[in-house]
Amino acid sequence: MLSTAVIVFREVLEAALIVTILLAATKGLPGRGKWISGGLAAGLTGAVLVAVFAGAIAGAFSGTGQELFNAGVLLTAVVMLAWHNIWMSSHAKELVAHLKNVSAKITDGTLPLYFLAVASGMAVLREGSEVVLFMYGVAAGGSSAMGMLAGGILGVVSGILIGGLLYLGLLRIPTQWLFRVTGWLILLLAAGLAASAAGYLSQAGVLPSQAPLWDTSSLLSERSVFGQLLHILVGYQARPTAMQLAFYLITLVLISIGMSKVGRSHRLSQAATS
Amino acid sequence: MKKLLLALVVTASAPAFADVPVFNITIKDHVFSPAQTEIPANQQVKLVIDNQDATPEEFEGENFDIEKIIPGNTQASILVGPFAPGEYEFVGEFHEDTAKGELIAK
Repeated sequence: MLSTAVIVFREVLEAALIVTILLAATKGLPGRGKWISGGLAAGLTGAVLVAVFAGAIAGAFSGTGQELFNAGVLLTAVVMLAWHNIWMSSHAKELVAHLKNVSAKITDGTLPLYFLAVASGMAVLREGSEVVLFMYGVAAGGSSAMGMLAGGILGVVSGILIGGLLYLGLLRIPTQWLFRVTGWLILLLAAGLAASAAGYLSQAGVLPSQAPLWDTSSLLSERSVFGQLLHILVGYQARPTAMQLAFYLITLVLISIGMSKVGRSHRLSQAATS
Repeated sequence: MKKLLLALVVTASAPAFADVPVFNITIKDHVFSPAQTEIPANQQVKLVIDNQDATPEEFEGENFDIEKIIPGNTQASILVGPFAPGEYEFVGEFHEDTAKGELIAK
């Protein structure tokens, strides 16, 4: 039962942390609950479908379908997180004002926030399908199914619990700093996801396979709890390849440029109208 | 940074699928056989994993980065390497107690 809990926990943790950070990063934004929960519901439904069709997906594109699918999900999440950060760089100020004084208006506040829905959906789609497949195997295995089921539920609950703790921790950050901190978190998160996507593309043979640049797994293994947390939050990899490092750095730079450009033009246009 | 770019250019120019040696590994009753496979070092190899169990398994490298789910009663091809000489352990993550194996790069 405990080993089941550990495996499910590992899979749930990444999704839980991403959704948590998105929730904290959009504190006070009207309609964010609707968009995020809609994305989660769609993602979970998708996860079941992906698990059911795992064989067909794995067999597609001459056996590299699973890797391409994973890379696609990760890169979609990266684009959505980038969109979020760039959007926030022109709206954070209004959001802070709104949180301090509810009557302060948020321009575009009623716009559809697709990026929130898609980002949270992607977060649960990939890992969720792995949980479903694993639990299916457990159920089909027959032996002590109840204990395994209990382990699965324990894993899901503890993953969500860690997410909840992070959320409460983030909300303790003073409002004027909150969006700056979550912006940094999402920036690093997105870069890490891009590096993981590069790993899957190499595994599929789309990108060249390379020997790792270095190996720090003896210092900090990605399979340890702390290593996995760092892997999710800042993209820590014990054995990165040159390609993964390049994806990481390019994502960091591109999103940062987007944020500072949009933030600057927003400030200029505000100065012009006031 | 220069070194990084150089590494990218050099490896990008290498063909991805040129004469990759193939090794077969079977999963049955959540055990890999053979448990140890000798592979050539410093070149990419293809592992064909035949999951003969009815349940899915996740092939995962312990000290190399590969993750692949293999549904029940299906085969999956996995490109690994290039490896420096040494031992590379892998597990079936869904049945980690029994599903253990090793690639020995020489």
